[in-house]
Amino acid sequence: MTTDLLGEASGAETAGVTQKTMTLNLGPQHPSTHGVLRLLLELDGETVVNCQPHIGYLHTGFEKNMEAKTYHKAIPYTDRMDYLSAMIYNVAYVQTVEKLCGIEITPRCAYVRTLVSELQRIASHMVWYGTTGMDLGASTAFLYAFRDREDILDFFEELAGGRLTPSYTRVGGMAADLTPGFEERCKTWLVRLPGLIDDYEALLTNNEVFLERTQNVGTMTAEDLIALGVTGPVLRASGFDWDIRRSNPYLIYDKLDFKVCTATGGDVFSRYKVRMGEMREAVKICLQVLDGMPGGEINISDTKYRRPPKDTIMVGMEELIHHFKIATAGFPVPAGEAYVPVESSKGELGFYVVSDGTGKPQRVRVRPPSLLNLQALPQMARGRMIADVVALIGSIDIVLGEVDR
Amino acid sequence: MEQTTQALDAAAERADVLGQDEPRAFTDRLASIVASLEREFPGAVMEHGVGLDMPAMRLRLEDWVACCRWLRDEPGLRYALLSDLTAVDYLERSPRFDLVAHLYSHESQTYLRVKTGVEGAAPEAPTLCEVWPGANWLEREVWDMFGIRFVGHPDLRRILTPDGWEYFALRRDFPLQGPGMIKLYDSVKDVF
Repeated sequence: MTTDLLGEASGAETAGVTQKTMTLNLGPQHPSTHGVLRLLLELDGETVVNCQPHIGYLHTGFEKNMEAKTYHKAIPYTDRMDYLSAMIYNVAYVQTVEKLCGIEITPRCAYVRTLVSELQRIASHMVWYGTTGMDLGASTAFLYAFRDREDILDFFEELAGGRLTPSYTRVGGMAADLTPGFEERCKTWLVRLPGLIDDYEALLTNNEVFLERTQNVGTMTAEDLIALGVTGPVLRASGFDWDIRRSNPYLIYDKLDFKVCTATGGDVFSRYKVRMGEMREAVKICLQVLDGMPGGEINISDTKYRRPPKDTIMVGMEELIHHFKIATAGFPVPAGEAYVPVESSKGELGFYVVSDGTGKPQRVRVRPPSLLNLQALPQMARGRMIADVVALIGSIDIVLGEVDR
Repeated sequence: MEQTTQALDAAAERADVLGQDEPRAFTDRLASIVASLEREFPGAVMEHGVGLDMPAMRLRLEDWVACCRWLRDEPGLRYALLSDLTAVDYLERSPRFDLVAHLYSHESQTYLRVKTGVEGAAPEAPTLCEVWPGANWLEREVWDMFGIRFVGHPDLRRILTPDGWEYFALRRDFPLQGPGMIKLYDSVKDVF
């Protein structure tokens, strides 16, 4: 913190000018930056004159690594980008590969993917709720949210074996079908959830301190946000009704009855209201999906893209060879390119995959919602107090793993 | 039994949507956009076609910014959201790089992919920052990863890798790892 402060101050001295503003380094090691975000704040007293985000501390070259892997082996990387919406990332990536291959997934698979995506959305919003609450001084909110998120992670563990990074999807299907009795248990838990969300709201929605810190803070118009590429709950909180699940439906969203949550304020509190509404809608979606869950196979039968079942590998020569080929060389994906957007918990997420016809992609590009949403932070922060910056970072809901990739 | 019937119906419905209607709508839409663009900027559209997911066109590099601005503003199109901007490196091809932008129109709820080729030796392209302020970080990332210089960009610095980094990691000729593993911390010593 001192380096930049002193560096800037001494620079001004040598120039022989009285410096009016002070530069303050917020992060990268600061709990309110939700990871390793570094902000250079130019301050006039306590007012932010300018804010310059520095990112890249978590850059791990996922896109480069994915180019060097077969299509299946790249799936675990998708978990680790936005580790709070790993399932949505899994789904988004395999959807794009399936689009390239022309694979039509089974109805059961579409239902299961929708179910886990929505559970993940609830879990991601719970983390956002908890951390935002804690940033603003309400540590009870954090404990409530993490207690309930644990149940969702337990569900994921049961389904996929992994909690935070499940890697549950496969090209043409899922790693495993739902476990016996999962649907009932999930439903029992989901029915309880709206009551828990009421508890969340009881803590913050009418809380005087929370309102003071969030209302009319960081107000942005929808036009400005669209020009900056902002999507998701932040955009919907400015009164812009756009949700990819509704406008460009994928999986089974066109068959579901749900509301796109919007608010008109465009401030931090409106973003809070939108996300709380989305959690409630996600519960409704999950219940509808569980009610309509069709039977049948979860994986496609075309073994060109899918590993043969384990029991056949043990007895059949063809199957063994096929298994070996898919595990080592991968399956060839027809040359072409595809971009399939989905609505992640943060906004528009899409994988742009370019295939050259071999078993490895020519290019995999992620459209990271957090990166583009974060870009709006300087505009939101200008003219606000330094304490508002903390509220703003929370309201954008960034995951640095995804910003930096 | 009932569930199976439901599942079959669902599959038939999906096949209808994905298999027939979408590409036809894509073709009509693209034809009208290309025709208007040709009127406004003769010779700008070098190539166009309907991809698996959305209509796509390749624009001449000189007309890149003007065409994008037109696509953003034209009533009836209004591709107001620059959803994504990235590059693809086709090492042995000429032009070597493709700049790829995905545009979204909230009015028609459709996507459009526009591309332009950038030559490999000293790659340069005009910036889209004046059309979409959101292009700022996206172009910085393309510069950082591919070394394509955006002329007129207000703040063209590296964004993900350290400032002293000399390489462009997403180029196809940049190795995943190699004998001379780069000494990362040397390049950032002056920051601290």
